[in-house]
Amino acid sequence: MIPAQFEYAAPTSLEEALALLAEHGDEAKVIAGGQSLLPVLRMRLNAPEHVIDIGRIEGLRGIREDGDAIVIGATTTHATVLTDPLVAEHAALLTKAVHHLADAQIRHRGTFGGALAHADPAGDMGAPALALGAEFVIAEQGGGTRTVGADDFFVDLFETAIGEDELLTEVRIPKHTGWGAHYEKFVRVAHQWPIVAVAATLKAEGGTITEARVGLTNMGSTPLRARAVEQSLTGQPATEDAVRAACEAAAEGTNPPSDLNGDADYRRHLATVLSRRAVLAAAAG
Amino acid sequence: MTVTEDRPAAATGEIGRDRRRKEDQRLITGRTRWTDNIQLTGMLHMAMVRSPFAHAKIVSIDTSAAKAATNVVDVYTGADLGESQGVLINAWPITPDQKTPVHLPMPADRVAFAGEIVAAVVARTAAEARDAAELVDVEYEELPAALDMKEALRDEVLAHPDLGSNKSALWVFDSAEAGTGGNVDDAIAAARTDGVVVEREFRQNRLIPAFMEPRSTVVDPTGEQNVMYSATQVPHILRFALAATTGVPESKIRVVAPDVGGGFGGKLQVTPEEWLTWCIARRLGKPLKYTETRSESLMAAHHGRDQWQKLTMAADKDGTLTGFKIELTADLGAYVAVVGGGVPVLGAFMFNAIYKIPAYHFACQTVLTNKTWVDAYRGAGRPEATFGVERMMDELAHELGMDPMEVRRKNWIRHDEFPYTTVSGLEYDTGNYEAATEEAMASFGYDELRAEQQRRRESGDRVQLGIGISTFTEMCGLAPSRVLGSLDYGAGGWENASIRMLATGSVEVTTGASAHGQGHETAFSQIVADRLGVPFESVEILHGDTQVASKGLDTYGSRSLTVGGEALVKAADKVIEKAKPVAAHLLEANVDDIEFEAGTFSVRGTDQGISIADVAGAVFVAHNLPEGMEPSIDADATYDPVNFSFPHGTHLCAAEVDTETGAIKLRKYTCVDDIGNVINPLIVAGQVHGGLVQGIAQALFEDAVFDDAGTLVSASFVDYLVPTAADMISFDVHHRSTPSLTNTLGTKGVGEAGTIASTPAVVNAIVDAVRHFGVNDIVMPCTPERVWRAINGSGAGGADPTTGDAMPHFDAEGEQA
Repeated sequence: MIPAQFEYAAPTSLEEALALLAEHGDEAKVIAGGQSLLPVLRMRLNAPEHVIDIGRIEGLRGIREDGDAIVIGATTTHATVLTDPLVAEHAALLTKAVHHLADAQIRHRGTFGGALAHADPAGDMGAPALALGAEFVIAEQGGGTRTVGADDFFVDLFETAIGEDELLTEVRIPKHTGWGAHYEKFVRVAHQWPIVAVAATLKAEGGTITEARVGLTNMGSTPLRARAVEQSLTGQPATEDAVRAACEAAAEGTNPPSDLNGDADYRRHLATVLSRRAVLAAAAG
Repeated sequence: MTVTEDRPAAATGEIGRDRRRKEDQRLITGRTRWTDNIQLTGMLHMAMVRSPFAHAKIVSIDTSAAKAATNVVDVYTGADLGESQGVLINAWPITPDQKTPVHLPMPADRVAFAGEIVAAVVARTAAEARDAAELVDVEYEELPAALDMKEALRDEVLAHPDLGSNKSALWVFDSAEAGTGGNVDDAIAAARTDGVVVEREFRQNRLIPAFMEPRSTVVDPTGEQNVMYSATQVPHILRFALAATTGVPESKIRVVAPDVGGGFGGKLQVTPEEWLTWCIARRLGKPLKYTETRSESLMAAHHGRDQWQKLTMAADKDGTLTGFKIELTADLGAYVAVVGGGVPVLGAFMFNAIYKIPAYHFACQTVLTNKTWVDAYRGAGRPEATFGVERMMDELAHELGMDPMEVRRKNWIRHDEFPYTTVSGLEYDTGNYEAATEEAMASFGYDELRAEQQRRRESGDRVQLGIGISTFTEMCGLAPSRVLGSLDYGAGGWENASIRMLATGSVEVTTGASAHGQGHETAFSQIVADRLGVPFESVEILHGDTQVASKGLDTYGSRSLTVGGEALVKAADKVIEKAKPVAAHLLEANVDDIEFEAGTFSVRGTDQGISIADVAGAVFVAHNLPEGMEPSIDADATYDPVNFSFPHGTHLCAAEVDTETGAIKLRKYTCVDDIGNVINPLIVAGQVHGGLVQGIAQALFEDAVFDDAGTLVSASFVDYLVPTAADMISFDVHHRSTPSLTNTLGTKGVGEAGTIASTPAVVNAIVDAVRHFGVNDIVMPCTPERVWRAINGSGAGGADPTTGDAMPHFDAEGEQA
């Protein structure tokens, strides 16, 4: 398992990293935690000429509060997200989901921004980020930044709004303080990517759901919102029957894959069952 | 996971003690000699170019770019090496007319499976070899591939066109012909009118041994002896095969299996990679290393299982068995591996299991396909047979409306009927199925779980509960030689040990049973320490080097302790016998008055004595020995048992099935294994736990899937699902000790028991949980999707093949990762 040769650069500033990206264009790959890129390189599925390690850029790491949002630096590890009190308080859905992401070793190497930028539709971070309405801050050439909403960030399988010469620097998560949350992940073995997973977070008052967000993992080429479910849930009591009825529409508009772990029709079925379980658990907690 | 087996109250000697394994510190920290850790002066490195096609003609190979690459020494093709590369052997042709394709390590003209080697690149570093391998340009002309074993039987597409057929061999045992029982067809015909006949066809999924340490070989041709270091289970067989097929005298070959990180049968092979490393190192006159990648290991190291089992069971209406007919189709893959067709044939002796079956017929058709070759995998033939018969006992119980344990009880050999000659011709020495079952049912809480199952079923609970039974036995030891000979196996089944009494009190022991993770160094030290009365710490176990332990038949088939351990005992007894006259001489006593106990020779009726270590010291200086005595008390012994050993056990599994999703959750797993006398309970517990996990993994997770083009789809651990502790429950493990009568230690094999027994227990539990939905089988691995489809009636038992694509996580071009 030896990768092909590549030039390695470890810039210590954002400017330097962007300059390297400008110079090497599509011959370069960015590495942060390396938990997705390294297997690709080692299996020789890709052989970039340049690997740019952004792990030494100080400003990209850490979690802070910023008004009505919390801001997670792109190279913050999953393990940090998992144990961060700000995340637990204001974006409990992320805490719940990252708990199920791979294993402890990977969570200590892999990064929040890296997982989102990798945009594997079976990745555990996409659906929660989408459900929470995350905003993605992208550094452009020339020193500017732009912010892309979650709905526009995920473009296709392994494709995001990040341009070839750009870098994801941080992700802003609007506070969902007091919202119930649950991530229902369906796997055959614990270390697997989800066959299907559902990220649900909701606000309830007096037993009635006032707002709900439901994200789907691995039900199409990108993470998806189950908007029909969200709409149906609004104003409903958080009861088994009402939630069941609302979640019948969970697979609407999805285009799940067929692979060794399940055909598309089975995944559609799972989406309805897991959505119901996720919503009920979110309502309970 | 917890260990709850009954421990012997307080072991007085070493045998029976919970010794922690003395080898573990170096193995676990990796500060040891794994083959890939070996560095030799001037050593070169090799990488392989492998066929992406299942079946193709090699039109041309252009190696010029690779040869020109940085630090590449040379590039070889099959045409370059010709006959000098030798040939890979099948040691067990199961019939005289078996069709056996010639297996060259690197063919020159045609590849027969995806992953077969077509070129080998040698460079100064492993990275340079790997880089240059990508520059080798091979032109292939694809040929139609024989992939599905049942289709292959029709001979419309041939895996090896020159052989004219894909049918390799048909091996048959019939109790009427052998005189061990009646005619099975008569029994079945009778049962169709007066009794009950159950017919099922089960699939044994294809598995990958997935040992932890990938295979690695280093060849050093720079001395008088050519040395091969290899991550192998079988250094002695490897040396024999190298001598037999490459023309190098056996005395010029030394094979070393350094610390080897697991095998599960997957390393009892003689491999193309070993043969090419050998050939090319000798050609270059330089040390050469080849270490496979995990992807290569999954694709090209031999696979296991892969059978269709057509089973017909006949019984009286009261559940008494009257006949059992077994028709197997077994996929060999592209070549007949070293044991190859012999693996499913071992099932002939095990499908009758613990039952009294009056009429029996076993037929196994082996088939060649254009897939990865198939050979032994933990249990080798016995898990397949145990699965078949134990699934059928549950099906029979269901047909008769009986409790599945009751049907078994009605048919098993009672403890007072031993020794018992089975319908397949083996003589079981001991066993007590009643006692093991009683203990297992009590610990499991069988009646309570049945009651809960009933409640859940009546209330239509979303989660249904099932109980699966497996009352198994197995034949362990892979000996006696006489029996192996009668089956046309190409080797014997004896084992060798030697004991060297060193002058300073240490005891050096060699064993031909070469360990690859089993803990031989600890267990064998316990045996020798007890027998010779020396401290455990004074005993050193040496193995895995044909110059150190020159004789042996290696480790597989749960044979190390029952065969190799007995050789140790015999060698130790010889040491004592040789030391006795020396002790008598030094104590100035008559040899007949000398007693030996706890390491001391003493004169009967006196307090005079001398330790065996002191005797060894006296023999070393040889100043004062009995007249004419050879100055040595070292001894060796070669032991060939008279029979297999037959461990048995009752395994009970409770599984919950989520009927909405098909998800399976193990609820409880209890096993009571009768494994004879136990040398080290801790090691036994480890073997049972690991074995259970591997057997459960066959039932639930593992599956080597090929696509329509013959490419392995489950080609990484992303898609070939090996479970971890997170996917398991704590096992309720017990053992009983009815001593085996076939060896003096009274031991039975335990290395494969968990694997053999657990698979049917799990599948029986799942089927039992959903049987009321009209389900009578679920194809392994029982994925949630298959279970869900079975419950919803689409596809017979969820047999619909799941779409054969891998998850695409690594195919894409990750931006930031």
